[in-house]
Amino acid sequence: MARELPYIGAINESLRQEMARDPRVLFFGQNIATTEADPFLAEFGPGRVRTTPISETAEIGMAVGAALAGYRPVVELYMAEFMLVAMDQVVNEAPRLRYMTGGQVTVPLVLKAGYGFTAGWAGQHTGSIYGMFMGVPGLKVALPATPADAKGLLATAIRDDNPVCFFHHYLLTLEPGAVPEGEYLIPFGQAAVRRAGGDVTIVATGWMVGKALAAAERLAAEGVGAEVVDPRTIAPLDTRTILESVAKTGRLVLVDQATRHGSAAAVIAAEVAEGGFGSLRAPVRQVTALDATIPYSQPMEAYLLPDEDKIVAAVREVLGLAAAAPR
Amino acid sequence: MAGTEGTAGLDTGRLIWIYTQMVRIREFEERVKATFTEHPGVIRGHTHLADGAEASIVGSLAALEPRDRLMTTYRCHGYPLVLGTPATVMMAEIYGRKTGLCGGYGGSMHLTDPGRGFLGTSGIVGQGIPQATGVAYAAQIRGEGQVVACFFGDGASKQGAFHESLNIASLWKLPIVYVLENNGYNVVTRAEQEDANAAAGEPLAVKAVAYSMPGVTVDGGDPVAVYREVAAAVARARAGEGPTLVESRIYRLSAHGNIIAPPGVPLHFPEHEAVEVFGAPEEYEAAKRGDPVPRMRGVLVSDGTLSPAEADQIADAARAEMADAVEFALRSPFPRPEDAVNFVYA
Repeated sequence: MARELPYIGAINESLRQEMARDPRVLFFGQNIATTEADPFLAEFGPGRVRTTPISETAEIGMAVGAALAGYRPVVELYMAEFMLVAMDQVVNEAPRLRYMTGGQVTVPLVLKAGYGFTAGWAGQHTGSIYGMFMGVPGLKVALPATPADAKGLLATAIRDDNPVCFFHHYLLTLEPGAVPEGEYLIPFGQAAVRRAGGDVTIVATGWMVGKALAAAERLAAEGVGAEVVDPRTIAPLDTRTILESVAKTGRLVLVDQATRHGSAAAVIAAEVAEGGFGSLRAPVRQVTALDATIPYSQPMEAYLLPDEDKIVAAVREVLGLAAAAPR
Repeated sequence: MAGTEGTAGLDTGRLIWIYTQMVRIREFEERVKATFTEHPGVIRGHTHLADGAEASIVGSLAALEPRDRLMTTYRCHGYPLVLGTPATVMMAEIYGRKTGLCGGYGGSMHLTDPGRGFLGTSGIVGQGIPQATGVAYAAQIRGEGQVVACFFGDGASKQGAFHESLNIASLWKLPIVYVLENNGYNVVTRAEQEDANAAAGEPLAVKAVAYSMPGVTVDGGDPVAVYREVAAAVARARAGEGPTLVESRIYRLSAHGNIIAPPGVPLHFPEHEAVEVFGAPEEYEAAKRGDPVPRMRGVLVSDGTLSPAEADQIADAARAEMADAVEFALRSPFPRPEDAVNFVYA
């Protein structure tokens, strides 16, 4: 039974349901549960729900330790950039311990963080930095684009026996959508084909999925059938679904809010170059953020980011169509 | 020769056990070190030895119960030996063999034996401290009286991870004992060159004051003294009274590690930094005269706990055990190359 929930509501529902289901799930981080009125604290108690000091290294390191000791912590990190303070724990500890011990331990934990807050937050709180985590062996990375995916991917992340970066997009926070009630899981490594089409494949993540779908609508009016694929998790990456789509369409446009060389798009482009070259009838086009730090002022911020117009222009280019008149 | 301060309630059998474990650690580390000359190329990368820390390690672990947990640094060979991990599989791990404790995936720096309470190490200075603190958080939630021992060095006490962890542990009254093994050197830098407390002539244990927890300094060459302080800290932790910082003063009797060299250059252990870097052989010779292993032997023989012959038997048994460990490791096969992609994900 599905009903409408905002993206943030779906995330909270998923966390609450998983905490109710499994007493090993913990939830801690900065500025959560600071009063007894907090619903998580009220329902699950001060053992499992705790506010922490501003100490990311300790928060994430303690999550690693609690995971080694049999718990399944979810760390509220608010902003993905705050993980940069604790990169050793994220990159060099959590995902390596199982491997270095020859499989003797598991480290099931979720690093929950928002990203992409391009709404005037300037340079240090707006990045789309998931690309730097997708190449870390042992780490998984989920990028939900819809409320339903936010619920299903978070539940899967919490039940996964590996460290998972669950990156929710800040600009989607209040976005409504149909969300199944009760238990709802989305397997990792399974892309969603958001829209079918035979002329071009558009792969997009997070906030860019909506932009890609809007671009596809405009292209449909011109008679262009765009297939929009949302990988949903970039580690593991469902290369197969992308290659199958490209085999059908012969053209690929990658849309990614990250900077060009820090994006998931760059990795997908390489995979398609190796595994789908024979299908391609045009060069792959990447529509990413420009290589700059996000500026404060709105016109400059917008200039750097991918948008509908840039996606449409890229699609027209790979199809060899004349550039559309400016709207 | 310095003695020990009483027996802290340890009976004769326990004192002999402590000495036996100290001798085993020393002999194991001697075999690891000798491997560099007797079997060149067998040990790769960077290996760190615990000789000089035996009294501190064994005295600390003697204060724990089997249900307790510990995490350590990359200088990790001593602890599992005391917990009962077979020396054979430890040596095989250090030799990169399939039969190794971690199947050859971790090597010298990452010995881990969760079944015996040893949950792991970090090769990055200070980064195991928050992890051990998280294990203590888990123990607090579980509420079964488990205590966690967290071992690290003086260098680690300048990492943010140390300070963040002690703050939370004190704030949450976590059942953890922080054992700061102060060997006076952060690799080749002396503590007074990089630690404000050391430079001011204060013990490193004063760092505990900032986090409103007890901090004590103990002679890490005396296993009974270490046991007394760690046992008191464990009792506090088990009673729900929170963490303690125990600064255990030791002297590392080998260099920080074997030389760091590119492939093709034979690896070996250089002289201790006091000699090699600071030109202070008298400092090192004084430390050798205070070597905790003969010191403990002297105590136990002079008070009649052990006869010289019994002490010799303990040493002979350790020598035979560690020679077997070397033989086992040398005989053991390497992992299959394609096993390198196992255990990336659970």
